[in-house]
Amino acid sequence: MSLATETRPLTRREWLLSDRPQSRLQARLGRAYMTWRRFSANRLAVVGLLILLGLCFVAAFADLLAPHSPVIGNLAGARLLSPGSEGYLLGTDDQGRDILSRLIHGSRLTLAVVVLVAVIAAPVGLIVGAVAGYAGGWIDAILMRITDIFLAFPKLVLALAFVAALGPGIENAVIAIAITSWPPYARIARAETLTLRNSDYIAAVRLMGASPARIVFRHVIPMCMSSLIVRVTLDMAGIILTAAGLGFLGLGAQPPLPEWGAMIASGRRFILDQWWVATMPGIAILIVSLGFNLLGDGLRDALDPRESGQ
Amino acid sequence: MSALLTVEDLRVSFPTRTGVVEAVRGVSFTLGRERLGIVGESGSGKSQTGRAIMGLTPLHAQVTAKTLAFDGIDLLSAPPKLRRDLRGKRIAMILQDPKYSLNPVMSIGRQIVETLRRHEKISRAEARRRALDMLAAVQIRDPARVFDLYPHEVSGGMGQRAMIAMMLVAGPELLIADEPTSALDVTVQLEVLSILDKLVAERGMGLIFVSHDLRLVSSFCDRVLVMYAGRIVEEIAASDLANARHPYTQGLLNCMPVIGADRHPLPVLDRKPEWAL
Amino acid sequence: MTVAVSVENLSVVYDDFRALDAASVQVEAGESFGLVGESGSGKSTLLRAIAGLAPVSEGTIRVQGRELRGARRDKAFYRAVQMVFQDPYGSLHPRQTIDRQLMEPLAIHGISDGERRILKALDEVGLGSGFRFRYPHQLSGGQRQRVAVARALILEPSILLLDEPTSALDASVQAEVLNLLEQVRRDRKLTFVMVSHDLGVVTHMCDRLAVMQEGRVVERLTSADLVAGRIAEDYTRNLMVASKGFRRVAETA
Repeated sequence: MSLATETRPLTRREWLLSDRPQSRLQARLGRAYMTWRRFSANRLAVVGLLILLGLCFVAAFADLLAPHSPVIGNLAGARLLSPGSEGYLLGTDDQGRDILSRLIHGSRLTLAVVVLVAVIAAPVGLIVGAVAGYAGGWIDAILMRITDIFLAFPKLVLALAFVAALGPGIENAVIAIAITSWPPYARIARAETLTLRNSDYIAAVRLMGASPARIVFRHVIPMCMSSLIVRVTLDMAGIILTAAGLGFLGLGAQPPLPEWGAMIASGRRFILDQWWVATMPGIAILIVSLGFNLLGDGLRDALDPRESGQ
Repeated sequence: MSALLTVEDLRVSFPTRTGVVEAVRGVSFTLGRERLGIVGESGSGKSQTGRAIMGLTPLHAQVTAKTLAFDGIDLLSAPPKLRRDLRGKRIAMILQDPKYSLNPVMSIGRQIVETLRRHEKISRAEARRRALDMLAAVQIRDPARVFDLYPHEVSGGMGQRAMIAMMLVAGPELLIADEPTSALDVTVQLEVLSILDKLVAERGMGLIFVSHDLRLVSSFCDRVLVMYAGRIVEEIAASDLANARHPYTQGLLNCMPVIGADRHPLPVLDRKPEWAL
Repeated sequence: MTVAVSVENLSVVYDDFRALDAASVQVEAGESFGLVGESGSGKSTLLRAIAGLAPVSEGTIRVQGRELRGARRDKAFYRAVQMVFQDPYGSLHPRQTIDRQLMEPLAIHGISDGERRILKALDEVGLGSGFRFRYPHQLSGGQRQRVAVARALILEPSILLLDEPTSALDASVQAEVLNLLEQVRRDRKLTFVMVSHDLGVVTHMCDRLAVMQEGRVVERLTSADLVAGRIAEDYTRNLMVASKGFRRVAETA
């Protein structure tokens, strides 16, 4: 093996898989490539990734993709048309708006909710959990009791209470969901931190004179990341459903915003005669939730921390 | 000497992402009612050899051999039921750490009784009596008390004695001990070894003693197989160890710091690629 | 000779368990001092207490004449004292390259010539720059322990605490790591405090040693005394007999 690889130039693949990387970049890319290989070995996970890439694409080019306006309908000539009607692939709703266009624009809202919740809730949970787990003592007790209080309420009920207090609207729905979804992440991060805290490599970093903040942020948190990413991805489906649920109850996105949950809510009045009005956004929610679940499953295998053990 | 165990060209290989890894590559030996040591460093295939004989190789691994016969029974073609019956009844194995090899939610006594009743049709009372006798035989001072204890309630040395008791209670003819004392403190090690030694001698069992510690094995066994990279590189009578011919065996013997020998620096092993051929 | 590490009447209590019970040792600057004992003897706890990794309930620790209180240590301490752990699989961060792990102490102490120091440290432990960007799982046990030694040496400490540095390694690899440790001690005139359960290793590496049992120091003696059998305590004698290996009791009857 050694002779062959020394005499001819490495292929890109061999360069990535090299046992003896020559630079920081090569080491990092090699690691990413191994993760990708494990991930892509799982077909369903790749399907999940494609669904979500599709969602991002649709959201980014909504203006170009949507055949009609999402908010202004044709009240006079196109109310409650069934799917497949001339110019309205998925039919229209009670205000004569094209459902497909509304779904396409609604993808932006869904994506925004998901991204905002992930950006707010995951870091909060991660930091609270890691700090509590590493510090121990009364800091741990206080942080975890706060977490327990949040965990004691059903998520949707607590979110409802927050939205009711903050006032209905998509921004407040996002905040409410974020507030209610960080505690499980804090629990996970704390559990991981507790097992890491007494490991020799953390002791070694302490012996270098690193401050507690440096240890938590540079050494502990990176080790918690993979299980957290998996958990957040798997939770995304639930978050979309919660957002849709708030929308459905009229506490999330307000009309005329094309939020999927709100669309279902407004379509429920005609569910027996014009089934498509409520069903189409339901299918959209289903597909995106499925995408996140498949992706999460794949990431669980790809990011498994044991992989780096041996 | 009638052969209790015949091993010819034993191979164990594991398929992995990057190709097939051969852990054991053509090991052959015969064992009578004697003490045989298998010595090697990590990755030499010594443990996999013991596990293959016992039938404890992981499912995804491949085990092949020209002959793998225990008392005339071909182990590789034996039906799973026969193999299970042999295991525990006629072939037993002691693993390194009793903490992991005893069932944590069952009392020590019950584990011994279960083992016994799986292989012999005897009454509960009879099984209990034999289990207590066995605990006494491994020099546990108060067998009745230890009988009711759970594995986490006893020390490492006591746990390993209980393990030995459990393995020997059904009266096996072949015992495979895989690093039986490596997890124990040195003073406890010797006690456990002398108990094992006495029982093996009294009952006329065959013993395969797998260890990384060449000196320990040579003080305990009659004959030693030295393994390197999945093969036997040298077979030598334990008493003749000082005259080992293979440089690997010599290197292993020399590189240990010995009390009273003032060697600075210690001689190190210069691994030659041809040893692994 | 000056005293590098002085431990007096040190006790460490975990919950209800007295891991260390009024233990005292004195280590001279430049010597290699061994702590011997079986599991639960408190030998590793003593080492960890010096490093500030164990809760001290009583007693004093002085390093180079300065008294250390509680588990707090200042940066000067970490530049003077470093440690090598027992398990080479557990003491390196599994998600960081060797380069990053060697860089970390330099970054913490604001040392600028990291590039040069890392290459020098890798070279000193016999690994070479080819290992610099590997992850721990790409190394063998012996190579990992070399990295751990390099990491301990990169801050150029004068005292090295060694917690069973070779007990997880194969015999032939143990010899290589012991030789490496002896060499760096000679080159850098280091003080070693080495914990081991193996009398062979301790007498090979250390000038003086303390035998510990159940949290107490039962005997202090020189390696030469031990080798010559000038032993006062029965427990030490037992250890000595045990370390000579298995002896079949002669058949009497």
